[in-house]
Amino acid sequence: MQEAFPGDEVSVEDRTGTGDHFQVTVASERFDGLSLVEQHRLVYDALADPLADGTIHELRISTKGAG
Amino acid sequence: MSELRDQLQEIIEGEDVALFMKGTPQMVMCGNSHRALEALRRAGAPVTAVDILPDPRIRQELSDISGWPTIPQVFVRGELIGGADIVEELEQSGELEQTLAEKLGPDYRGAADERVVAVA
Repeated sequence: MQEAFPGDEVSVEDRTGTGDHFQVTVASERFDGLSLVEQHRLVYDALADPLADGTIHELRISTKGAG
Repeated sequence: MSELRDQLQEIIEGEDVALFMKGTPQMVMCGNSHRALEALRRAGAPVTAVDILPDPRIRQELSDISGWPTIPQVFVRGELIGGADIVEELEQSGELEQTLAEKLGPDYRGAADERVVAVA
């Protein structure tokens, strides 16, 4: 996540303490002017591998622009 | 194009509000599907629900079509609105009702009953 959003405010919370249910919160300039669907797609892209292999069982996303 | 894909496409484009979920509104099998369903209900959306659990190919085909990796997925008149987080956020800000009124007309509330469609 830090690689995908360098210098941005990124927080990842393990919601259940089991390492597979996460709350990801990102504030980034990359989101400025994008719809929520587009913003969440960027987060999904950054986490494509752990989503695909099942490491992440559940993901909650909260995004906002930098402005 | 497979028959299943055609079916899914038809639901996405043909239904006012399509909710692809784990389980059914009568027996929800996942917390996120529950969150999306409840947000849609609060907004008065005429939900057509599709259970993706009976066959793993449903989820696969759906994500191929939408480019969205997780369940639930909510579409209004063919447009992907989002998953549980977005739908909840939009409901809380009032934007979900706004979108529904824009796309379905101001009298969308109560225009149709909640229903379930099976795909195979």
